[in-house]
Parts: sequence; C-alpha cells; structure tokens
Amino acid sequence: MAQTIPAGQKWWGGGKSPFNVEYGKVLMWYFLMSDAFTFGAFLISYGSIRFATNGWPDPNEVFHSFPFMGATHLPLVFVSLMTFILIMSSVTMVLAVAAGHQGDQKAVTKWMILTIIGGLAFLSCQAWEWTHLHGEGAWWGRNPFINADGTAATTNFTNFFFTITGFHGFHVFSGVIINIVMLIKNIRGDFAKRGHYLMIEKAGLYWHFVDLVWVFVFTCFYLL
Amino acid sequence: MSTIQTTADAHHVPEFSTKPIWRTFWILLGITAAELIIATIHLKTGFPPKFVVNGIYLILTCAKAFYIIAEFMHLRHELKNLIMTLGITCLLFVWFIISFLYEGNSYKELRNRYDRHHLEQSKVKVQAPEEHEPAAKKPGSVE
Repeated sequence: MAQTIPAGQKWWGGGKSPFNVEYGKVLMWYFLMSDAFTFGAFLISYGSIRFATNGWPDPNEVFHSFPFMGATHLPLVFVSLMTFILIMSSVTMVLAVAAGHQGDQKAVTKWMILTIIGGLAFLSCQAWEWTHLHGEGAWWGRNPFINADGTAATTNFTNFFFTITGFHGFHVFSGVIINIVMLIKNIRGDFAKRGHYLMIEKAGLYWHFVDLVWVFVFTCFYLL
Repeated sequence: MSTIQTTADAHHVPEFSTKPIWRTFWILLGITAAELIIATIHLKTGFPPKFVVNGIYLILTCAKAFYIIAEFMHLRHELKNLIMTLGITCLLFVWFIISFLYEGNSYKELRNRYDRHHLEQSKVKVQAPEEHEPAAKKPGSVE
C-alpha cells in the first residue's frame, strides 16, 4: 500500500518534501515520464500507420527463427527468450536495490553484475535478430516480407520495426552503461561512504523502465 | 543539503523485502507464458478469433505494466502525491491512442473510397520472395 500519512499532515504547507522521495528520484520519474511519451509517440504512430494500411505482414511469419535452428518454424520462441532475459535482469536489479537498502555492499555488487550480464545478453539477442533479418533482406526502406493476405507490403513495417526496437535497444545499451558506472562506484565504496544507495535505486528505475517499454514493444510488434 | 527534511532519508522508506519481488517475477513470467500459449493455440487452430486474442494481449500487457511499475519500480509504496502526479499525466495516453488509431483507420477508409487505383493495387497478390536473396542483389550491400 501507499505510505501511511499521519492524519492532518499538510504536505504542501512547506518545510516538508511533498513526495517524500529524494529530488533525484523525483527527477528520474519525470524523465521516465517524458521518455514514456517519446516511446508512446513512436508506438502510436506505428499503430496509426498500421490502421491506415490495407495489408500488414504476419509477425509469426516474419519472426520465426532461433539461433542454430536453421529454417525450423518457431514463431515467438526467440522473442520470448528475450522477454524472459529482460524480466530476469529486472529482478536482479530490484534485488540489488533491496540489498542496497540493507547496506550490503557485496550483495549489491553481485546483483549489479548479474543485471549487467542480463542486459548484455539481451543486446546480443537483439544483435542476432537484426543480423538475421538483415540477412533476409530487411532493413530501413527494404521489406522482403509480404502481407498476411499475400499482397505486397509497404516498407513501413521494417522502418517502424528497426526504428523502435533500435531506439529501445539504445536505451538498453545506455542502461547497461549506467549500471556499469554504478557497479564501479559501488565497488569503490562510494555509496557505502555516503551511507545510502539511492543512486542504485535511480539506475534501477531507469532499468525497469526499459523492461516496461519492452513489454509494450513485444506486444505491438510480435503479438498483435 | 539538509534544510528541508525529507521524512525519508533512505531508511524510513518501508523496507524492501525480497518475497514480493519473486512473486512479481512469477506473475510476469506466468503472464508471458499465457500470452505464448494463447498465441500458439491461435496459430494452430485459428480459435479464438484474432480480435479476441488481441484484446486478451492488451489486457495482459497492461497487467504486466502494472506489476512492473507498482512492484519493481516501487511506485505502489510511494506517497499518493507522487502516484497521482504520474498516473494522471499518463491518462493522456487514453486520448492519444484512441484518437490516432481512429485517424489512421479513417484515412484508410477515405483513401480506399476515393482512390480506387490504390484499393485495386493493394489487392494484387505477389509471389513470396525466396528465403535468402543473393547478397549481391541487395541494394546497398557492400562487398
């Protein structure tokens, strides 16, 4: 539940932090808010174009490959693995935050390393998928896939796919960089000296947001 | 730095416990698995119809988003002030999605009605291209 407030407490009367969180965390929330609208604009324009187009490729026909499985038809399996990796790294991130609350520097280091590994694993998966699709002739401005009903497709399909997953992948990449910086600072003992691990929490917020966006990208591109 | 007292310097925030984290993890995993199972059933049998499946996907996606924001990002445990500041702003998305999808659909309908050539062209079947085009044929490919 939300934090309980003493009865009659005036949050906006001054002298108290009305959100009761540190300013950096508030600003991180606001940044994520604006980022959510950026991604929202991307995904909604994708939806808008898709609604404005007569035919559209069937994602199950396009995304059916898995590394080392050749031409086996495995729709959704690979992208589910990517989803799993990202959710898992979100869990290790939140465990790092929890360890930070207990002031356990060693545990924070351990969970941060696992989070970074998860992020790198996700990026590797995406690199493979992009390479694979590029090998099939898909790229910005090029769409080798035909519509589900057998008619010719526009390049909007690949344009949106590469732009949005690319933008998300870039977020994952910067998240990994941020996490590495946090890991180094933690190993150096900066947070232990400071007495709190709020920086880990802020990095964590960003990392969870990346996971959150992927949930929507997954639905919009691979399921719908 | 300490003129304004936040009631929380890190330590007054309700303690994180790891139990809800793992519960949330299992919920998220379960929902993703459910989506996959539904997708597979739909692919194999064509049942339930696509628009029903899409509705289920959207509901499940929102459920996942809720759990990530509430538990992982810890928003559920913050003050109502913060929750409302973020939540009410996000209501813009409701208008955003409805209006833009409506506009897209409207554009399609109008174009199909007034641009018959476009409509006929979009009904022409094409041959599925080969799985792997020779690399040389790809525009922009470098040797």
